Amino acid sequence: MAFKTSVQKYSGSIYNLELGTGENTLALGGQNVFPFYSFDGDTGSGTKIGLEILDVYPENWVKGLKELYGSVVGNTVEWAKYVEEKFAPDFICLRFEGADPNGLNKSFEECATLAKEVANAVKLPLVIAGTQNYEKDLKLFEKVAQELEGKNVLLLSAVEDNYKNVAAAGVTAYKHKVAAESSVDINLAKQLNILINQLEVKNENIVMNVGTAPVGYGFEYVASTIDRIRLAALGQNDKTLQMPIITPVAFDTWDVKESASTEEDSPEWGCQEERGIAMEVSTAASVIAVGSDAVVLRHPRSAETIRALVNNLK
Amino acid sequence: MAMSGLDIYKLTPKTNCKECGFPTCMAFAMKVAAGGVEISKCSHMSDDAMAKLSESTAPLMKIVTFGKGEAECKLGGETVLFRHEKTFVNRNRFAVLLSDAMSQEQIDAKIANMKNVDYVRIGEEMKAEIAALQYVGNKDAYLALINKVKASGLKVAYMLVCADVSVLKDALELVKDELPIVFGANSNNYQEMVALVKELKLPLGLKAPSLSELYDLVENVQKLDYKELLLDISNASAREAFTNAVQIRRTALKEQDRTFGYPSVVFVNELAKGDKFMEVALASLFTMKYGSLIVMDDMDYTRALPLFGLRQNIYTDPQKPMRVEPEFYPINNPGDNSPVLITVDFALTYFVVSGEVERSKVPAWMGIPDAGGYSVLTAWAAGKFSGSVIAKFIKESGIESKTKCRKLIIPGKVAVLKGDIQDSLPDWEVIIGPDEAMHLPKFLRTMEGIN
Repeated sequence: MAFKTSVQKYSGSIYNLELGTGENTLALGGQNVFPFYSFDGDTGSGTKIGLEILDVYPENWVKGLKELYGSVVGNTVEWAKYVEEKFAPDFICLRFEGADPNGLNKSFEECATLAKEVANAVKLPLVIAGTQNYEKDLKLFEKVAQELEGKNVLLLSAVEDNYKNVAAAGVTAYKHKVAAESSVDINLAKQLNILINQLEVKNENIVMNVGTAPVGYGFEYVASTIDRIRLAALGQNDKTLQMPIITPVAFDTWDVKESASTEEDSPEWGCQEERGIAMEVSTAASVIAVGSDAVVLRHPRSAETIRALVNNLK
Repeated sequence: MAMSGLDIYKLTPKTNCKECGFPTCMAFAMKVAAGGVEISKCSHMSDDAMAKLSESTAPLMKIVTFGKGEAECKLGGETVLFRHEKTFVNRNRFAVLLSDAMSQEQIDAKIANMKNVDYVRIGEEMKAEIAALQYVGNKDAYLALINKVKASGLKVAYMLVCADVSVLKDALELVKDELPIVFGANSNNYQEMVALVKELKLPLGLKAPSLSELYDLVENVQKLDYKELLLDISNASAREAFTNAVQIRRTALKEQDRTFGYPSVVFVNELAKGDKFMEVALASLFTMKYGSLIVMDDMDYTRALPLFGLRQNIYTDPQKPMRVEPEFYPINNPGDNSPVLITVDFALTYFVVSGEVERSKVPAWMGIPDAGGYSVLTAWAAGKFSGSVIAKFIKESGIESKTKCRKLIIPGKVAVLKGDIQDSLPDWEVIIGPDEAMHLPKFLRTMEGIN
């Protein structure tokens, strides 16, 4: 007997979705197979990589990274331009940490103005991340969406408690895209997508952020949730789960002790910056392996590694 | 092809003699088909039927064992392509590559890292379990390398990466008692290789330039009646390696073709070409997708912390949450005036909460009662994390002798338990903590009056 390639055909496919405008439009999704399974069919637009920047000085970021960015981190607009020119990610994720009510509690107007300045300074598509305080984010996204009308950004993320405002303002009023955020559960992801659909928001305007965890911290739930979402979307042609998936890997991996423990605290572990990059790279590679279409990363070295990985697997 | 219960029933004597412990031959056949009982339980099968059945009811993917004593490893035996369907059985193993072309300093440094990286995470030992010893061309140096690793005190399994049968013969003299893997059989040398390993039943690693040639090679080796095999998924490119890993696993499990029903070997060190972070990325990818034995250039903490954590996550029972041992955990070196926090024994909760307490730098005792392995709200709803459970745990754990501080912080989500606990523990001041772990550092520092 001779070897015969095993091929799996699926009836469903992932929606195509576009971020940004003009020449710099970024496509997500479009595949009808599991990631890098080109022997089965069309792998779509492929994995997209974004770098995270903040609206404030990144006080808690690892020292080597702050040094790498130098003086630009004092000015979010300069920072965004630097990231675009120097590292050329697929998109920039602007995160409004300074708007957190438990922190600086910056006003909506201030945030929206900054978002507009950043959007005008760079060509790359933007992903806007909030404070993870749903009440604050509700108004924050509304204001930013209004100020960025026509820029076709992704609002990361609408949750069960604020999706009505975020999706209605973001998509219906100002023509942006919205990420539906659920916490690592296929049923919750499906339910939120259906609720957002009921606001007359079409699937082509929705991305899913199905929740994440760093490797070692319950990543098995993330892996199995995404596996099951993709099996339902592709195998059962479940239209309510056929959106591309974005995973903000950086938001969690830098806070766990493997990344956060300093060299004084854990001398046997070695260089803190390298540990942080390795945690970020491992989590990103793993979440891409199960089916995340886009990842948000913090360290340019992580982005470079994941870019090379994805290119090598194409 | 796997046989159905009905197929198996047709081969039974159909006498319903009950000697197998089942009321009818049909019931027995159904159980055999489901993998719940061995066909040999029936003593009335014809030899012919027995031969036919034991072949087709064997697992689709073979379990391969190597290494001796503490260093024993099992690979393979997987039954599903996705972990939510059924647990991944035998976790992938990491090997560190050493060769006779490396300088003594390089070898010493890698051995030192393998010794250094050895720790326990949620009850499981984390370390590189295999020394992959590669023959590059200097036989004396190769044998010296093997002796050096043996003398180093490392408790590892051995993998001899060598296609030269005469070198292997001498190398095996040194380590055959350790039951090593012999890696390097190809279409030219497989007959001699099989002859070399057959008596000791050592796993034999097969290597071929393409997947179809690998398939032919497996068939040839199987014709020599040898089935202790490992399959190299190729190191031509990451893309080819990934495709082959998926195809080998799928061919075995989905197409039910036992020719590829063996664990895989991936030389991530060669694919990463000396880039440490690429090595982490690829090793993660192959931990997710079907690498059984992953060969690394080195195993330092930068690589180990994410990779062992990921592996521990992926190789868990999807129906059972990971749990930590119920007890008091000291965080930030607490003393006899440190406060006490309580949370549940769900491993994820433990990690998130303990991480935040560490981040606060406030010394504290973290108490984990037996709460059924659920998250805070689930455990509370199930009655496993109640006022009486917490009070009983505090009284019986001996924490009252460890600290004079009588501040007991409970998760904000179970604030309703405060009264109950207070009634049972009148000496304690029960304090409601934040709803979310991420707010713990600020909460603890404010409580302790630290800025």
